[in-house]
Amino acid sequence: MRHILSVLIENEAGALSRVTGLFSARGYNIDSLTVQTTEDPTMSRMTIVTHGSEDVIEQITKQLNKLIEVVKVIDLNEADHIERELMLIKVRATGKDRDEMKRMADIFRGRIIDVTEKTYTIELTGTGEKLSAFINALDQSAILETVRTGASGIGRGERILKL
Amino acid sequence: MQISGAEILARCLAEENVEFVFGYPGGAVLEIYDAIFKQNKFKHVLVRHEQAAVHAADAYSRSSNKIGVALVTSGPGATNALTGIATAFMDSIPMVVISGQVGTPSIGSDAFQEVDMVGCSRPIVKHNFLVKDVKDLATTIKKAFYIATTGRPGPVVIDVPKDVTQAKAVFEYPKSVAIRSYNPPVKGHPGQIKKAAQLLEQAKRPYIYVGGGAILGNASEEVTELVRMLNVPCTNTLMGLGAYPGSDPLFVGMLGMHGTYEANMAMQYADTIIAIGARFDDRVISNPAQFLSQSKKIVQIDIDPSSIAKRVKVDVPIVGDVKDVLKDLIAILKETNARPSEKALNAWWDQINEWRAPKSLWYPQDDEIIQPQFVMQKLFEVTGGEAIITSDVGQHQMFTAQYYHFNRPRQWINSGGLGTMGFGLPAAMGAQLANPYADVACITGDGSIQMNIQELSTCKQYHTPVKIINLNNGYLGMVRQWQEFFYGTRYSESYVDALPDFVKLAEAYGHVGMQITKPADVEPALREAFAMKERLVFMDFLTNPKANVFPMIQNGKGLNQMDLPPHMQSMQLVPFENNRDYGNLC
Repeated sequence: MRHILSVLIENEAGALSRVTGLFSARGYNIDSLTVQTTEDPTMSRMTIVTHGSEDVIEQITKQLNKLIEVVKVIDLNEADHIERELMLIKVRATGKDRDEMKRMADIFRGRIIDVTEKTYTIELTGTGEKLSAFINALDQSAILETVRTGASGIGRGERILKL
Repeated sequence: MQISGAEILARCLAEENVEFVFGYPGGAVLEIYDAIFKQNKFKHVLVRHEQAAVHAADAYSRSSNKIGVALVTSGPGATNALTGIATAFMDSIPMVVISGQVGTPSIGSDAFQEVDMVGCSRPIVKHNFLVKDVKDLATTIKKAFYIATTGRPGPVVIDVPKDVTQAKAVFEYPKSVAIRSYNPPVKGHPGQIKKAAQLLEQAKRPYIYVGGGAILGNASEEVTELVRMLNVPCTNTLMGLGAYPGSDPLFVGMLGMHGTYEANMAMQYADTIIAIGARFDDRVISNPAQFLSQSKKIVQIDIDPSSIAKRVKVDVPIVGDVKDVLKDLIAILKETNARPSEKALNAWWDQINEWRAPKSLWYPQDDEIIQPQFVMQKLFEVTGGEAIITSDVGQHQMFTAQYYHFNRPRQWINSGGLGTMGFGLPAAMGAQLANPYADVACITGDGSIQMNIQELSTCKQYHTPVKIINLNNGYLGMVRQWQEFFYGTRYSESYVDALPDFVKLAEAYGHVGMQITKPADVEPALREAFAMKERLVFMDFLTNPKANVFPMIQNGKGLNQMDLPPHMQSMQLVPFENNRDYGNLC
């Protein structure tokens, strides 16, 4: 089953590789990983999307907690949460496709952030499913380049991950 | 006043009351060696290979409950240390390893003798550091000692670039450090401990299963009190030997792949297991599905949450320091007077004693060929069970675990988790330095001893009079045994056909060498060797080349599906009798 883990970690050199090294050394999967410092510059927050049985996720959580630099780990799946991913997608936009691309971007609430005579670059945020749906909805030959960040997640309502 | 990083480092080690540093100098750590030369707070032991430095520091720690410290240079010195670090990591041994690094401006440039030690050691340390600024050095060292010794202990590596050892700063050693993200648990949850007491009260066939965590947590006294108070059978893992006295009648022997018949049968058929600092390792319970095929309630006490319920389902997990948790558990049992029913316990002991009767560790000893088991048995007698024993890895290790009854913790020093050949001799050096007045014996084999035999030279230099007991069978014995069992007796590369003359070799290093070929000479030779208090004696016992370790559990089999020793194979064995009068089975 897919799980989305939020990890608060000391903002120190090498901390990220400790986390990724843990996954590779123990044979766990990372489906996506996003990380940036928080409002407290001494701390970073990671969102790790992974999958596995309940036992595997329990071990991953325990092993992450064991890392000296890890401050806190929560599994966002345990309660309601929101997740967003950012995609930048460059598409061919010439002739009548130009209007079509603009329309598609509007339907998906994307924003065109760069324009040339032949291309649009569209910024799109949402769940991974939504971004994939956008890709599928396009004429595949029109897609020139795609870059996605992987999910960032946060608990709904009053649920907070903080020291 | 400002002093150099190297001097700061030496001062920090002195502040931590370090007694010995095991190491090997090189370009990147010459400043540190110069600082060591100028102080007299701790001694440095010059090994002949960095791997041995770490093993010696490791055994120093295991045998004394103090912290082991190793110092190696960068590049090859640091990578040579990795096997020792991994060994300590697998067995959770507190240790600080300081490695030299090229100067900070050169890091990342593939400089001469540069290796990414933080990266190389990351998967095999509890934590590691690269010190980039001399101002951080003292605090980092304090943190390293704190992390290595608290919670589940483990090795910590500090990589120190050469320019940091040369740069100057004011020396200030923090009295304590707090790391906000690191708060190892101590107290077990009271509710859970109460549940454990209740389970014990309901148990018909209780069993106490004790691992290395009980020794690391200094909980041997509490384990012994608990077992005796309840009159419950107790087993130790390979790492736990000595946590409960091996000569005690309530001790049913080591369990696991080469455990006794009674210890394994009891583990399989117990209805309530209290696991203390033990993690249901694959060498202990073999196949989890087979193990759990007989339903049982499991209580697991461990300081490391990730060790709990890793391989088996646990009914009552208790996270905490074993000593603390056991104290609380004993207090509750005393207060409530909760005990397993005496009637059920008697029936359980009857069953266990019937499993004991065929003596699964019996072996035939004639007048011609020395059986390795016989050497171990005689060693126990000659040393009065008092020696500190280190071992290498192989058949000799298992024979030692089976036939030397360890009656106190920190007496049995071996590489349990990683199974490192070459561990025994440097470990014996470290243990002897930590315990200068104790008899220290290194049990080894002709394969293992050659993996770090150069340390005979270190033993000469530092006058460590260890007794080396080489069970020489001309084979990689455990490899040969497996090739017999699983590979159609095809002895692929397990025969060592170019052994040195170990007696001459010992003499070449300035030690005493003996070769023993007859069973009648075993005891006199041991007595003679242990009488030479000041000398290292290398005893080369030519033992039965075909002796195998029994009982044995093949991979994937259940604890009740042991390969039994030849004398038991034709016996009518007592099975588990579910209909014994245990009272109402839970």
